[in-house]
Amino acid sequence: MKSNDVILQTVANIVLFIILMFSVFLFFNGHHEPGGGFIGGLMTSSALVLLLLAYDLETVKRILPVDFKLVTAAGLLVAVGTGMGSFFFGAPFLSQTYDYFHFPVLGELELATALIFDVGVYLVVVGITLTIIQTIGEDR
Amino acid sequence: MFTALHLAIIAPFIAAVFVPLLYKKIPSIHTGWFVLFVPAILFIYFLQHIPTTSQEGAVTAAFPWVPSLGINFRAYVDGLGLLFALLITGIGALVVLYSIYYLSKKRESLHTFYTFLLMFMGAMLGVVLSDNMIVLYLFWEITSVSSFLLISYWYEREKSLYGALKSMLITVLGGFSMLVGFVLLYSITGTFSIQETIASSSEIVSHDLFLPAMLTILLGAFTKSAQFPFHIWLPDAMEAPTPVSAYLHSATMVKAGIYLVARLTPVFAVSGEWLWLVAGFGITTLFWGSFSAVRQTDLKGILAYSTVSQLGMILSMLGVGAAAFHFQEIDNNLFVGATTAALFHLFNHATFKGSLFMMVGIVDHETGTRDIRNLGGLMTIMPITFTIAAIGSFSMAGLPPFNGFLSKELFFTSMVNITEFQQFNMETFGILFPVVAWIASVFTFIYSMILVFKTFAGPLQKEKLDTKPHEAPFGMLLAPIVLVSLVIVIGFFPNVLSYTIIAPAMASILPSLLQEGQQFEVDIYFWHDWNTELFMTMGVVAAGILLYLGMKKWKGVYKLFPEKLSFNNLYDQTLNKGEVLSQKVMASHMNGFIRNYLVYIFAFVAAALLITMFYKGAFVIDTSGMAPITIYESVLVVVLVASVGVMMFTTSRLTLIIGLGVAGYTVALFFVIFRAPDLALTQLIIETVSVALFLLCFYHLPQIAKNLEPLRFKAGNFIISAAVGITVTLIGISAGSSRMFESISGFFKEYSYKEAGGRNMVNVILVDFRGFDTMLEILVLGIAAAGIFTMIRLRLAGRDEL
Repeated sequence: MKSNDVILQTVANIVLFIILMFSVFLFFNGHHEPGGGFIGGLMTSSALVLLLLAYDLETVKRILPVDFKLVTAAGLLVAVGTGMGSFFFGAPFLSQTYDYFHFPVLGELELATALIFDVGVYLVVVGITLTIIQTIGEDR
Repeated sequence: MFTALHLAIIAPFIAAVFVPLLYKKIPSIHTGWFVLFVPAILFIYFLQHIPTTSQEGAVTAAFPWVPSLGINFRAYVDGLGLLFALLITGIGALVVLYSIYYLSKKRESLHTFYTFLLMFMGAMLGVVLSDNMIVLYLFWEITSVSSFLLISYWYEREKSLYGALKSMLITVLGGFSMLVGFVLLYSITGTFSIQETIASSSEIVSHDLFLPAMLTILLGAFTKSAQFPFHIWLPDAMEAPTPVSAYLHSATMVKAGIYLVARLTPVFAVSGEWLWLVAGFGITTLFWGSFSAVRQTDLKGILAYSTVSQLGMILSMLGVGAAAFHFQEIDNNLFVGATTAALFHLFNHATFKGSLFMMVGIVDHETGTRDIRNLGGLMTIMPITFTIAAIGSFSMAGLPPFNGFLSKELFFTSMVNITEFQQFNMETFGILFPVVAWIASVFTFIYSMILVFKTFAGPLQKEKLDTKPHEAPFGMLLAPIVLVSLVIVIGFFPNVLSYTIIAPAMASILPSLLQEGQQFEVDIYFWHDWNTELFMTMGVVAAGILLYLGMKKWKGVYKLFPEKLSFNNLYDQTLNKGEVLSQKVMASHMNGFIRNYLVYIFAFVAAALLITMFYKGAFVIDTSGMAPITIYESVLVVVLVASVGVMMFTTSRLTLIIGLGVAGYTVALFFVIFRAPDLALTQLIIETVSVALFLLCFYHLPQIAKNLEPLRFKAGNFIISAAVGITVTLIGISAGSSRMFESISGFFKEYSYKEAGGRNMVNVILVDFRGFDTMLEILVLGIAAAGIFTMIRLRLAGRDEL
């Protein structure tokens, strides 16, 4: 029986972007307010899970033709890479630093190397959640 | 420095490397001919040391091996070492010669035989010529291993394997014990060198560890030398090829224990325990061996028990010789004679027992059987073999004019003399020694006669023999002829050995008795006057002849000892019962149920922690640092407890999963009211995901029933879970109440913005201060995802059962 999910799908189309925006907000806000790579990553994954619920696995794969195992690997690489990066400046492994910069439109902003590390965490979390859910979902 | 002496000791090992090569490359010549050179050259080499040792000197050469641990390969050739080295190489050469004719080039794998034999020879030389105890132990174990290999040479026979295993287990047991003894000695003296240990023997005697060291070392010596009750491996080791039996189990390996006792006599012999133990076990073995030999029907069985008995005799003389230490000088010291007798008999035994084994091998080879019930009447067919057997056996029985007579007389002398020793209760119980010695000698006489007359006299039983008997080839007879010639030569000219071999060896055993420039007087001769010993020998002969002739009448004595009570049975039962018991023990707790293992783990954790807490008095309650309890907390605790209670008693899996979710969300609320927003966010999402996964498992795994069994009350589980809960709670309370130092969180508060530029302290800690942890945690997540992926995707056919 093919049921008609039009309400769910319509709501999901809108809510998806709100959740994604919120997750990006959580991610970038992490350095000063509650949030960060881990929660941001989980939130992004839950947006994609909503998509999976509203449509099906094939549709989501068509929309997002990404191998999430590679996303996990990339995240780990970024995280380790930031650690290795500190070697170029003669600092110990995983040393972080920050500074304030002036941008033409945005004004003065703080940029921290810890953010790059957090990108790694974010990617790993998204990668593993979706790998697990997709793997289990496909196993019939 | 690595000297020629070291090379001589390890030469057999080096030669052993080339044996397989020679066997493969030159198949036309019997490999034994090449091997023969090794012991022959070594024998000549060691003969050169006689002038040095007979001047009471010793040849030493040290080669550092593990200097930091005090382990040096220090070769030390003195009188005692040389006596053994000459026996090992001399008889080794004869045995190799004999084996060339005994082992067929076509049928046997000669390369393994000679490799093992050379390994054994080198190890034996190492045992008797090493001054360092650890090196001695190393060589000692190599003799055990190579003996194991040689006994199981015909490995397709079950009995060979049984005998090899038995000898291995018993001798290695003793070897380990001996190692313990050496380590104990080391802890007393601080050196592994035997000579230095002897030099400090006076301080060892008064040490607390003296007795343990002595007992453990004696256990090693007794097992190796097949002393009562560890003699049981030797008769079973007779499954080895006869050259091996002749070499290992009569002349060399079984004398390693005797060597050890003789070598350490200066260290231990002052104590009464040593005298009683060594002499007592020796005399018991002497009696039991000769008594058991008479009932054997296999020629090698007789010789095996005979060896056991003769080893006991040598050991008892060494034990009695220890009494000499209680007198200051060697003049008028009655007990020095016992050591002379021991060494003299050691040499004699090697000659006649070697020849007897070779004789038995010839009989076996030429008739196809060793059973005396099938043999007889070979005297005229095999005259040379008969002569060898007669000379060897009469010497063993202690008849004149052979060397056995001389050593037996000396043996009786020392046994009679010990009754006059006035210490250690010898004056009361000492009388047992000559009496038991005399009875044992009667049995020795009987089995010696059985050996000769049951084999060679009487009617020939042709129908029971596999082959037509005939005299052996000359090459096979050569080695035993050399040995029996020695028996006669030593018999007539015993003093050939006195000052070249025996006196220097005595100087090694009784060093403290010798003054500067003094020498032991060794004078062995036939005629002693009409004294007690001579009458004892005459009595032995008379009683022996009577008992031999009337053997049918009293053989029933042996039926009094049922097979069930024998030591062999004890050994077999110990192995069997040990196996059954260990299987039972393993099966009783390793039953494959995870719940049982969890019970062990939890019970152990709770018990260990509670006992520690109780003994250390570690439980403290300090309420001063506690925060006041709010209404929100109380409500949440009630919800949490209720959800846990529901989970414990529900029978529906769905309720269980929902209950788990409730507990998780409650914990998230706890994080909220304890002001941990990051944790609360994470906990909420993670709890949602995990509940979803549980539901997934619940729906898609068919083998899980929808409902649980109702929880049955089990007292054991209840106690253990309560104990674990109480333990953890008590530890939590105690830890919270006893803060030893200030928390370091002040640092993070102060520096998280200043140093890391972030106001969210939690996140700063995660990515900056302790980013390393986070890095590895995301690695854990990645591995978990990869694991789930592989488990689900890469299920290969048939893997599911694993």
